[in-house]
Amino acid sequence: MSTIFGIPTQALFGQLLIGLINGSFYAMLSLGLSVIFGLLNIINFAHGAQYMMGAFAAYFLLQWAGLGYWWALLVAPLAVGVIGVVLERTMLKRLYALDHLYGLLLTFGLALVIQGLFRNQFGSSGLPYQIPSGLTGGRNLGFMVLPNYRAWVVIFSLATCLITWYVIERTKLGAYLRAATENPGLVQAFGVNVPRMITLTYGFGVALAALAGVLAAPIYQVNPLMGADLIIVVFAVVVIGGMGSILGSIVTGFTLGIVEGLTKVFYPEASNTVIFVIMALVLLVRPAGLFGREK
Amino acid sequence: MMKRIAIVLATVLALGPAAALAQISDGVIKIGVLNDQSSLYADLAGQGSVVAARMAVEDFGAEKKGMKVEIVSADHQNKPDVGSAIARQWYDVDKVDVILDVPNSGVALAVNQITRDKGKALLVSGAATADLTGKACSPNTIHWTYDTWALANGTGNAIVKTGGDTWFFITADYAFGHALERDVEAVVLKNGGKVLGKVRHPLNTADFSSFLLQAQASKAKIVGLANAGGDTTNSIKQAAEFGIVKGGQSLAGLLVFITDVHGLGLPTAQGLIFTETFYWDLNDKTRAFAKRFAERDKGIHPTMIHAGVYSAVLHYLKAVEALKSDDGTKVIAKMKEMPTDDPLFGKGTVRADGRKIHPAYLVEVKKPAESKAPWDYYKIRATIPADQAFRPLDQGECPLVKK
Amino acid sequence: MDTASEAAPATATEPLSAVGRHQTTAFFLMIGLLAMAPFFIYPLFLMKALCFALFACAFNLLIGYVGLLSFGHAAFLGSAGYTSAYAAKAWGWPPELAILAGTAIAAALGLAIGALAIRSKGIYFANITLALAQMVYFFCVQAKFTGGEDGIQSVPRGVFLGLFDLRNIMTMYFVVLAIFIAGFLLLYRTIHSPFGQVLKAIREHEPRAVSLGYSAERYKLVAFVLSATLSGLAGGTKAIVFQLASLTDVHWTMSGEVVLMTLLGGLGTVFGPVVGAFIVISLENYLAQLGAWVTVVQGIIFIICVLTFRRGVVGEIARLIRKPL
Repeated sequence: MSTIFGIPTQALFGQLLIGLINGSFYAMLSLGLSVIFGLLNIINFAHGAQYMMGAFAAYFLLQWAGLGYWWALLVAPLAVGVIGVVLERTMLKRLYALDHLYGLLLTFGLALVIQGLFRNQFGSSGLPYQIPSGLTGGRNLGFMVLPNYRAWVVIFSLATCLITWYVIERTKLGAYLRAATENPGLVQAFGVNVPRMITLTYGFGVALAALAGVLAAPIYQVNPLMGADLIIVVFAVVVIGGMGSILGSIVTGFTLGIVEGLTKVFYPEASNTVIFVIMALVLLVRPAGLFGREK
Repeated sequence: MMKRIAIVLATVLALGPAAALAQISDGVIKIGVLNDQSSLYADLAGQGSVVAARMAVEDFGAEKKGMKVEIVSADHQNKPDVGSAIARQWYDVDKVDVILDVPNSGVALAVNQITRDKGKALLVSGAATADLTGKACSPNTIHWTYDTWALANGTGNAIVKTGGDTWFFITADYAFGHALERDVEAVVLKNGGKVLGKVRHPLNTADFSSFLLQAQASKAKIVGLANAGGDTTNSIKQAAEFGIVKGGQSLAGLLVFITDVHGLGLPTAQGLIFTETFYWDLNDKTRAFAKRFAERDKGIHPTMIHAGVYSAVLHYLKAVEALKSDDGTKVIAKMKEMPTDDPLFGKGTVRADGRKIHPAYLVEVKKPAESKAPWDYYKIRATIPADQAFRPLDQGECPLVKK
Repeated sequence: MDTASEAAPATATEPLSAVGRHQTTAFFLMIGLLAMAPFFIYPLFLMKALCFALFACAFNLLIGYVGLLSFGHAAFLGSAGYTSAYAAKAWGWPPELAILAGTAIAAALGLAIGALAIRSKGIYFANITLALAQMVYFFCVQAKFTGGEDGIQSVPRGVFLGLFDLRNIMTMYFVVLAIFIAGFLLLYRTIHSPFGQVLKAIREHEPRAVSLGYSAERYKLVAFVLSATLSGLAGGTKAIVFQLASLTDVHWTMSGEVVLMTLLGGLGTVFGPVVGAFIVISLENYLAQLGAWVTVVQGIIFIICVLTFRRGVVGEIARLIRKPL
């Protein structure tokens, strides 16, 4: 058994791969958060709950409509995105004139309500969701068996992240969005319906969270509290990457997943805290995050 | 509340066996079933334990004997602070006389201390830690059903003797997991085996991938799962994903319940070997109980924890009837004096350290083809006689036991 | 945050002499009610509310009077709880020393976290306090002495100052009440002192305060450490009352709860956090049998407060009587 730095290669690569998979979720979730913060200046504490709703949507689609995973990938984000739009129109809108912290508190309250309602109904130990039949089984890589589904997760998240980044940074629509955040009045004067853009952007960010939820359902089981502890980590990722920087979130998400995996090999007790330690360090040196710009 | 008690007392006084009730606090025997009703242990105990308690009260014939028995229940959410707060409130304000069940060893230990401080009674069916009859033993607590030592003795011994001599533990990181890991490790080492590694995971973990990879990397023959409920079923399902068994290692579920097997399904669970102290299909009496239980609990068949709650409540009521009092410390002492006899566990005793003694069974999960009916899941591989199933009285370090 | 100035048309940080009889009346009313309550209401429940009331008051110093939303205050409550529990159980310290030990640890932690966080403002401050509190949480999960998921159990109550046997629930209650009053008065004094005035100036317009020669960062840090210390006092006391220290007290949801209590009671008001704490604890108690409905109700209260009830209970009362409370 070969070793690198005294750790057996098998263990090292195995954990790195697991780390990459975790990193995919971090990246997708922080992407949604970043889009929402970057373009709307809202800290969406309900992001974890919306991720959970995406997983539940997939579960319901299967139970009640017999629609499987592939349908869920499409329908669940749309459904949850619509809910997000409704939330924005009815509640978040009223807070734009106030201190940003109120947005944080409102979404925190929303998260409590959503998670509480689901927990009441479904308990907190998780409902089963099967891996879709096209993606079962695994590939023996020599140092470990890589389940096909988990490989799919990595590829799909990477694709989603890149497409989102491209749309926002390189297309006209994205340019309008970015301009609208910087100077909404001016952009509105050009005839662009800024409030509608803001609403749709929030819906899009929420849909991203729900999409991550569908991806997570077969791995992490569908559980009302699945987003609760994840959201704190995702916050850290967003802050490290730079709040509002799309590229920053993507890169940081994947990187931190890998760092966490490495820590599990060399120093498992610290694997939970390493992301927060890095966040504290980054904030001391670059308060706006690695890729961020101070607002 | 006071008016209701006055009416009850008046009615009963008018009926006859009044003197008998004079020493029962407030005229009501109040039973509190405290367990996890919404999280990973909700199926193996949960509402089923409340059903079992009710059945015991009915079968005892409390109404005919003129004893007023009330049952309340609450969800401790696997948190010692929530569990302690409920226990205190129940004892101080709601006049609960005895608490039942309490799966989750951390919560059980906390409630054990509170019960002792207040002189009430605690009958543990759900929790596993053998410390309840060891270092933490109390004159107010009886540990029913099973404990980590019995599991280690049954399952651990059986597996090591058939060649599983190198182990890697995946352990739930709290009192129960630690106790189970400790007791099984002792058995493994005693039989000349080796423990190649251990990893601890938080309670109610969803993703076991990194722990399973570590187990794989250790190349231990046996991956011991020192966890329970949802954690165990998740570990087993994900182990299949990562090809643990295909790669030549075996999984040892150290604490598995029939509800877990039901959740996993026979194709995944087949071949698992573990120890239980009750199986619904053992004999006619247990089958009759299971049928009644299933009718009241959505078709679910009773786990050994449910059976333990039934048996404990029955014996408790017998002791209260004999003593004509529900004073916690006295009733527990009486329960230790009286031999036990119920349709589920047969004849047994309660030892000085609070340990209930009855036989244990080594079971193996049937292959799908071998199962003839729903819930027909186990083959009984061996019966461990009552005097060998639990830790010997002098090995427990219980201060109540005179050396 | 600007609500504090909305809530108190007459400034809430005027010197003590100018504050007027209404606050003194309110204070004695509060003390009177609290002194009589244990004879009618389950004292353990009241003690829980008192500890959280102190916690909320300490938290309020930071958000109401300095304008900094800390989302990591659970770190101070919980670490003090663990320290006091361990000191009382493993070292056998008498309760007053155990509680002091907890308070001291919280103060030290407050200094460490404050020094790191104080340079940021607004959202960034909230985020960094949250992250640092998470580190404290995970430390508590891992460290041997905290007992992980089981917590530190069977913490002895002992004899307070060698005179008061805390195993008697009424004695314990009045000791806790005394601790609460001491903490409350300390905070009150701080707010209505020249130091408090400078804090308010910093909250209203930091650059102007700096231009007047005040070191804003140092003032904010002192306020942060004071807030952390009194949160620690609440945490240490709670551990002795409940004879248990557990992970719930360091979890980030606890940080959210104290925000809820303060928001509901009234940010930047003197009595708001006390009222808010009592309301939230009562709700939790009352709804406990209904399981997860507690979180739903808490969430709904949050939403309502943020959308339409930003002044909180006491803030609205203060507006009605046109005097600061």
